[in-house]
Amino acid sequence: MTPLAQLSLDITWDATLRNVILGSMILGLTSGVLGTFAVLRRQSLIGDALAHAALPGICIMFMITGTRSSELLLLGGALSGLVGTLVLLAVTRWSFVKQETALGLVLSVFFGFGILLLTRIQHSGNSAQSGLDRFIFGQAATILPRDVAVMGIVAAVAIGVVILLFKELKVVTFDPAFAASIGMRPDLLGVVLAGLLVLAVMIGLQTVGVILMVSLLIAPAVAARQWTTSLAGMVILSGIFGMASGVAGSVISSLVDRLPTGPMIVIAASIIVIFSLLLAPQRGVLATYRVRRSRARRFRAELALTDHHGVSRT
Amino acid sequence: MSAPTIIMITGALVGASCGLVGAFLVLRRLALMGDAISHSVLLGIVLVFAIFGTRAPLPMTIGAGAIGLLTVALVAWIQRTGLVKEDAAIGLVFPFLFALGVFMISRFPTTVHIDVDAVLFGEIAYVPLYRLELFGRDLGVQAFWTLGTMFVINLAFVGLLYKELKLSTFDAGFAAAVGMSPVLLHYLLMSAVSATTVVAFDAVGAVLVVAMLIVPAATAQLLTRNMPVFLGLSMALGASSAVIGYYLARAIDGSVAGAMATVLGLMFLTAFLLSPTQGLVALVSRRKRQRQDFLRELLVAHVAAKPDGVPVTSLHEDFGWARATTARAIREARDQQRLRLDDAGVLTAPDPA
Repeated sequence: MTPLAQLSLDITWDATLRNVILGSMILGLTSGVLGTFAVLRRQSLIGDALAHAALPGICIMFMITGTRSSELLLLGGALSGLVGTLVLLAVTRWSFVKQETALGLVLSVFFGFGILLLTRIQHSGNSAQSGLDRFIFGQAATILPRDVAVMGIVAAVAIGVVILLFKELKVVTFDPAFAASIGMRPDLLGVVLAGLLVLAVMIGLQTVGVILMVSLLIAPAVAARQWTTSLAGMVILSGIFGMASGVAGSVISSLVDRLPTGPMIVIAASIIVIFSLLLAPQRGVLATYRVRRSRARRFRAELALTDHHGVSRT
Repeated sequence: MSAPTIIMITGALVGASCGLVGAFLVLRRLALMGDAISHSVLLGIVLVFAIFGTRAPLPMTIGAGAIGLLTVALVAWIQRTGLVKEDAAIGLVFPFLFALGVFMISRFPTTVHIDVDAVLFGEIAYVPLYRLELFGRDLGVQAFWTLGTMFVINLAFVGLLYKELKLSTFDAGFAAAVGMSPVLLHYLLMSAVSATTVVAFDAVGAVLVVAMLIVPAATAQLLTRNMPVFLGLSMALGASSAVIGYYLARAIDGSVAGAMATVLGLMFLTAFLLSPTQGLVALVSRRKRQRQDFLRELLVAHVAAKPDGVPVTSLHEDFGWARATTARAIREARDQQRLRLDDAGVLTAPDPA
């Protein structure tokens, strides 16, 4: 049997693989859609701080409840991710520490605190802890049907909000001043987008993990930007690229032993980006290079012609 | 030397080295470049080990440091195409290189000989076990030699090029005009950051180096406006986080590197709230003070404009202020001898003459 046929057979019959594929499709779709706005609003790295800041929340939730259920742990993660975002805002507003410094600070301190708690939990020898570290690099094989259902609901909410508020989000993304002048609330919509980003990160932690989550917010959107000039097109394409990288990465990682999912999804997404940056028909690096070269050639040819006809070249 | 002492000195050397080069990252608004370098250096470490089969400090620092510089160049190149903005360019490059590194570690664990935990928080607890031997003689803890050398190199770099670094940090255009090369300095600084990150990897891992690079400098920035003091403070905060972090880690039985980052975060929080000049508490009380000063001046001007004086009871209604606010403003103005209150309850301003 060819590997491909084997794979399709596995998808039909192997429940784990089916969960993995569904879960990563949902993740890729959501983060692709929301990442579009984050990238266009130049806030892509806030997702990075948010994801790193989720780690201590996951650990604290575990220490309080001792639960193994992903929803509860992710809820803890979402809460501390929000706290991290608030700290980020407070530090940039109330001190002259610059935004990029504050981002790095929140990201590394929250993550460090999370590591401190995680190692403490591990040393305490609590048997239920096995697997808390799945949130660091993601482990697709641990996704249960229940998790897929939760992911689906969260994703439906996030994407539903984007569809409902599409016009508003579009105006706010490209011209916040105009949006404010026609009575929209750019600050409120900013908060809505940040909240949606939290949802995307929650979906992603189990599959991609806290460290590499940011890549799924940025890479599909950057790749999509290369192929289209309409926002709707970019959102859809970015969702598709996200799904494709999610499926490719998680399938590879579940077929090969001991391969964490996050890095594989990120590598898949990065390959799509490299192709898009180089080869996109209008904006691609190669296309630009070719246009520039043909222009130079035409210019030289015209120079030669004018010389030949003895026209003065001043 | 006991193991705890060795661990604390190792951590202090990491903190001081990172604090010094990180200070310039923060000042030059390159904090996220430090983040990117520290992640991608992992790929360099893995590649050097897979290709040359050695973890010796020198080839490791040069080889892995080169990947750090490659990250900087790659981000710059992607930005120059004009297709991607800076933040997204950084966010594209470092996850990719980091993911490749983690992929190689989990795929070829025996050839690479690093485990994923070490990537996350280093192996500072094992530092006392690795000793430097030369011609069969034991020269002490290897980490002291590597980190100590790196610290001296960083000190020399900043000491020798202090004027150039300072000038190009605060006024790159002027620095270029007087014949310095800001680009060269930029890449020299990035080389120092990359090399420091590689050397610190064994102690604190790839991710927590970022905390050591950024947080001491961000904290010191809130405490002083004097450049040499700032640099010294940044190093001192980095180094002391290792000592406090060690005891914190021991108290709750967790990772030393994680505890160091936590301590640094607490230091920043303290400075953010309580710094005498820049702290939130000082800021709020200064604003309150200014508001009160303004109200008092307004009151004095109002009363001075009325030769017959103003009955004190109606003042808060005139201004629409709360009674307590009005009373405080009156008390301050009277304390300063600028308003007088007679027995009939009328406020007057004495002649300036």
